[in-house]
Amino acid sequence: METKNKIRVLIAKPGLDGHDKGAKIVALALRDAGMEVIYSGLHQTLEQIIQTATQESVDVIGLSIMSGAHLPISEKLIAMMKEQGLDNVNLTVGGVIPFQDIPKLKEMGVAEVFPGGTSFKDIITSMNKLFE
Amino acid sequence: MIRLIEDNDPTSFEKLKLLYPHASNAFIIGITGSPGVGKSTLIDALITQFRELDKKVAILAVDPSSPFSGGAILGDRIRMQRHATDEKVFIRSMASRGQKGGLSRATKDAVVVFSAMGYEIIIIETVGAGQAEFDIANIAHSIGIVTSPGAGDGIQAVKAGILETGDIFIVNKSDKLDADASVHQLNMMIEMRKSSKTNWKAQVLKTIAQNGTGVKEVADAFLSHFDFMKNNNLIDQKRNAMEKSYFNSLLKDLILEKLFLYMKNSEACKKIEKEIQSGSMDPLSAAEFLVNKLIVFKNNE
Repeated sequence: METKNKIRVLIAKPGLDGHDKGAKIVALALRDAGMEVIYSGLHQTLEQIIQTATQESVDVIGLSIMSGAHLPISEKLIAMMKEQGLDNVNLTVGGVIPFQDIPKLKEMGVAEVFPGGTSFKDIITSMNKLFE
Repeated sequence: MIRLIEDNDPTSFEKLKLLYPHASNAFIIGITGSPGVGKSTLIDALITQFRELDKKVAILAVDPSSPFSGGAILGDRIRMQRHATDEKVFIRSMASRGQKGGLSRATKDAVVVFSAMGYEIIIIETVGAGQAEFDIANIAHSIGIVTSPGAGDGIQAVKAGILETGDIFIVNKSDKLDADASVHQLNMMIEMRKSSKTNWKAQVLKTIAQNGTGVKEVADAFLSHFDFMKNNNLIDQKRNAMEKSYFNSLLKDLILEKLFLYMKNSEACKKIEKEIQSGSMDPLSAAEFLVNKLIVFKNNE
């Protein structure tokens, strides 16, 4: 029987941005790294993301954002996570993220930021590091 | 809680024991069928139907783990996301984590949790491959088998084993060519199957899950099957069978856990493992020897 704890990740795309190739490919890469990935699809509201993360008891919420709205979305989601008691859940953000925004996101409480061009290896290493 | 079960956390066992007495009233539906026939979409539409009757619904969607990395993509809930914020709907995905039979013991444990939480209808979605069907018959009251037109192979798969267990057959995507032929074939097979243990006449229904066509009839069929079971005293019979199967799988798991724990710390076992490696003992004799040595049953006990 398998007893090793798996990292469970929710990959979600908030809002109206319809580009999910990247999110799907990252989901595959994480699966190949042995993680269980819940892919919730496009156009998720923040309420849906919070509910899904709760019901699926995930360790990580990975947002994929290409719309430029990463700052307000992350800020709002972190507030909602606190409200819902998802204190042990890490938030990571990937997509089109200007480098100057990375420190701002981290300050809000985003655990890791993966701007376009980050290698799978780096993503997986940083994800695993969150649980060491 | 379900997470603790999946990770086989030692505290989950005690908690389950507390929950078990409160977990007997839910109606459990198993939905199975080949990949791509529209199980998730159908379930999404079924949730809508059951919600109209103001039932609390829980969904357990089981997807296979990758045999190579142990990881998994759990994508069934994409089709059901519109229900994500309905507080009377709980959707949980689960990876099979390499357990044979398609349905892991964790699935049964999770059903106990949902039932104790007061969910009135629990829908389990499984990839209907190989052994899964036999497992699901031991967990669910009603089994729906989903197929789609033109899937001659799909029906072949159905024929291979689940025919005896299916209570309701659903031909999804019935706007496609050959839907009536599929319905006809299924009806014939149902006629031919050796009389099932009960007098329930399996139904074949057509749906277009994507736009909801025919789904109300499917929901009604499941509910009338449940009524049929209640009226014919089949619920108790089913519960006994379920409990027996749950008991058996728990026994197996607990014995294995204990055994492997013992073997990890036992010098005698290490010695035998070495003997196997060196070739002085074959694996068959070694396993037999160990089991006979470790597990001794006394008669009349």
